[in-house]
Amino acid sequence: MLKLEHLSWNLPTGEEIIKDIDLTIPDNKLVVVTGPNGGGKTTTAKLIAGIVTPDSGRILLDGEDITDCDITQRARKGIAFAFQQPVRFKGLTVRDLLELASGQPLPEETLCDYLGNVGLCAGEYMDREMNASLSGGEIKRIEIATALARRAKLSIFDEPEAGIDLWSFSRLVDTFEELRERHNGTLLIISHQERILSNADEIVVVSDGTIRQAGPREEILPTLLSDAMTVRCPMGGRKHE
Amino acid sequence: MNKVTDELLRLISDYDGSFDGAYNIREDGQCDSRRSTEHIRIESKITEPGIDIYISAEAQNETVFIPACVSHSGVDDLVYNDFHIEAGANVTIVAGCGVHNDGHEDSMHNGIHRFFLGKDSYVLYKEKHIGTGDGSGARRINPVTDAYLEEGAVLEMDTVQLSGVDTTDRKTTATLGARARFIVRERLMTDDVETAETDFTVTLDGPDSGVDLVSRSVARGTSRQHYRSTIIGNNRCTGHSECDAILSEQGTVTALPALEANHIDAQLVHEAAIGKIAGEQILKLRTLGLTEEQAEERIIEGFLK
Repeated sequence: MLKLEHLSWNLPTGEEIIKDIDLTIPDNKLVVVTGPNGGGKTTTAKLIAGIVTPDSGRILLDGEDITDCDITQRARKGIAFAFQQPVRFKGLTVRDLLELASGQPLPEETLCDYLGNVGLCAGEYMDREMNASLSGGEIKRIEIATALARRAKLSIFDEPEAGIDLWSFSRLVDTFEELRERHNGTLLIISHQERILSNADEIVVVSDGTIRQAGPREEILPTLLSDAMTVRCPMGGRKHE
Repeated sequence: MNKVTDELLRLISDYDGSFDGAYNIREDGQCDSRRSTEHIRIESKITEPGIDIYISAEAQNETVFIPACVSHSGVDDLVYNDFHIEAGANVTIVAGCGVHNDGHEDSMHNGIHRFFLGKDSYVLYKEKHIGTGDGSGARRINPVTDAYLEEGAVLEMDTVQLSGVDTTDRKTTATLGARARFIVRERLMTDDVETAETDFTVTLDGPDSGVDLVSRSVARGTSRQHYRSTIIGNNRCTGHSECDAILSEQGTVTALPALEANHIDAQLVHEAAIGKIAGEQILKLRTLGLTEEQAEERIIEGFLK
């Protein structure tokens, strides 16, 4: 179980980005974090992975205080992270990254499984360099595959849908669903996509650095969809229906 | 051969106590041993130190080993090796160099290699350089490579220097005829106070000739590297050069690429990038469980692979 207690983080200018967040994420659930852009979702995820250090508050993983653990230590304790905007590597192949993620050499069939989950053919991709020869969408899907290859206790995906095509997205949603059904660790997914929200066990709405709503999908999703139908036009026009 | 040479050979070539194929082992400025084969003949030069290697058209997928080793302090070795490759031959040439220095005097190897590639011949040229020993004398390796490619010939050059060489001055020139191709993969790492000069000049004389030159290097410690490349297009041709360098600690790199197009259909491209390892790359590998140091090593290892 992951617990965030009174977690806060400010910009160096003093502007509050995350404001005294309390949140409990149960084991083996698919939890979707959603909310408007700039509301603090990615920062919250980065605080959990150790990429950003909180100014105050605590992070507990299975009861252990990991607030002072760095990124490496948290990764070794079972936290995986798939970046929204993945990085490229000259010289490292797709196979290299997946093997680093998994911590061992991988047979072709296992590479096939991981890459197949994101709609890529292992035979075509495993020996390719993670460089500019791969498109943004391909890099993104490989990034998600590396998080899957970690087989972590808690896997965090930051907007996995961003930049990938419809077919790959559909395959990815199936993969999340399969993982959820297998109860293979906790999935924490930052997303705006209704299809992902519809598969959530729990939904957390983050806005303006605070948690606005959190609870079972059955409770939260209808409210979210209703709000989406009545959102005010940003130019000041009439409400949509 | 002495024990040091034996160890150096294992580091710079595929030596496991013997070579499979033709070879000439040079130790401290002298020929240690040599073997010619049916298709590859090796002869000593008369007027200067070095050998002529004659590769016949019948040589197909054969390998010749021409390693040179300096095993102690105070050696200043100079050698001229000429490779004469007949039309249609297909060979791999392994020509590494190791300099070991346990003493106070400098040790040096200057290897001047000339390649004459006949029509439609193919050569894979593998060159690995290394310095060993903990003496205060410098370990210096200065390779010169001059290649002349006739119509349709292909030369692939895989050149590596990863550790222990205090100074190196690497000069490579190539002149290409019609449809000839020159492919270069250079990997270079310097550390401490080492310096490396690398200089390529490729002249594309023949129609539809081409060069693809990729140099990847890492400068660590307070080492200094200077990279220069010039591609001259005198005909309808394609030329690509790429210089990527990673800086670590106080290492410095200068890159001076030049393109000279003397024909309307010459297509020449250069790419260059110098900088430290991107923080995002380290971050990504740390999220996979590597420490910062492990991440940096893995990135460099992959970059120079």
